[in-house]
Amino acid sequence: MHELAITEQIAAIAIKHGEKNAAQSITDLYLVIGELSTVIDDSVQFYWDLITENTLCEGAKLHFQRIPALFICKECGKEYSLIEGELTPCPNCQSNQMEILQGKEFHLDSINII
Amino acid sequence: MVKNVSIVEKVHSANDQIAEEIRQRLDNSSLFSLNIMASPGAGKTSLIERTLKELHPHHKIAVIDGDLATSIDADRAANAGATAVQINTGGQCHIDANMLQKAINSLDLDSFDLLLVENVGNLICPASFQLGTHKNVLIASIPEGDDKPYKYPVMYQDLDALIINKIDLLPYVDFDMSYFEKGVQLLNPNLVTFPVSCRTGEGIEPWISWLAGWIVSKTT
Repeated sequence: MHELAITEQIAAIAIKHGEKNAAQSITDLYLVIGELSTVIDDSVQFYWDLITENTLCEGAKLHFQRIPALFICKECGKEYSLIEGELTPCPNCQSNQMEILQGKEFHLDSINII
Repeated sequence: MVKNVSIVEKVHSANDQIAEEIRQRLDNSSLFSLNIMASPGAGKTSLIERTLKELHPHHKIAVIDGDLATSIDADRAANAGATAVQINTGGQCHIDANMLQKAINSLDLDSFDLLLVENVGNLICPASFQLGTHKNVLIASIPEGDDKPYKYPVMYQDLDALIINKIDLLPYVDFDMSYFEKGVQLLNPNLVTFPVSCRTGEGIEPWISWLAGWIVSKTT
């Protein structure tokens, strides 16, 4: 729902680093998005072309690396993922006590420039 | 020639940086602050009115209200005795740190000891934008249903307090409290919870004590 604001931030970060590296153009952006981060790639893509017109990012391609959610049970140590998209108690011991190991990431990993 | 430039920068870094500045300013003014989130109609403004009624005689309170449009909520807070600032987000589904900073600039922070930020009614987006406020509070309400923790897990994860409002409606709706609480447990095991009715005033007292305790810890 707030993908426009997010897309603007992605462009701003890429342009900042592109300028710092004297880029003539930014050709590719590599984004890392965790499964729990509520960011929708399709919506980011939708806004991308509109907001990057006449900027260093014009025509740049977006690449999304999805990181699956991973939890660890604090009781028995079992690692598990979302089950059919839903968070569940530990499938091994049914404990509610768990910690998120990964899945909340949302960052710009690197860019390609010419 | 194509060159790869490593960045590894959080997409929210610009927002998070402003949030840090806000936190610094609030701390410098010994001001305790809450980010109050909920779905539309859960009772954010009603809770603020109740809270003002109890705390206004003892504390100086500012309220910043975020809405897509209108100043209805800020007017209600002002009528209840607070200094109120309205942020109209112009369609944006959440308050971000930049908007909050602008609103804060219009307040003399040193003259308050509590700041309540009423976020836009939404269970998704506000969870992604840090504001620099001290505690995140969610108001869940009975008529919304008992499945909300399962459907909006991100919102429940980073909470410091949960208010369950409209408990006076429990006899009239299908709300399985143990199912709801199980979902909350799963996401946020040690979350402090206040079942209340803003309409009748039931359960408000423990919430006020919790809040007053934090205000005092900041000002002393």
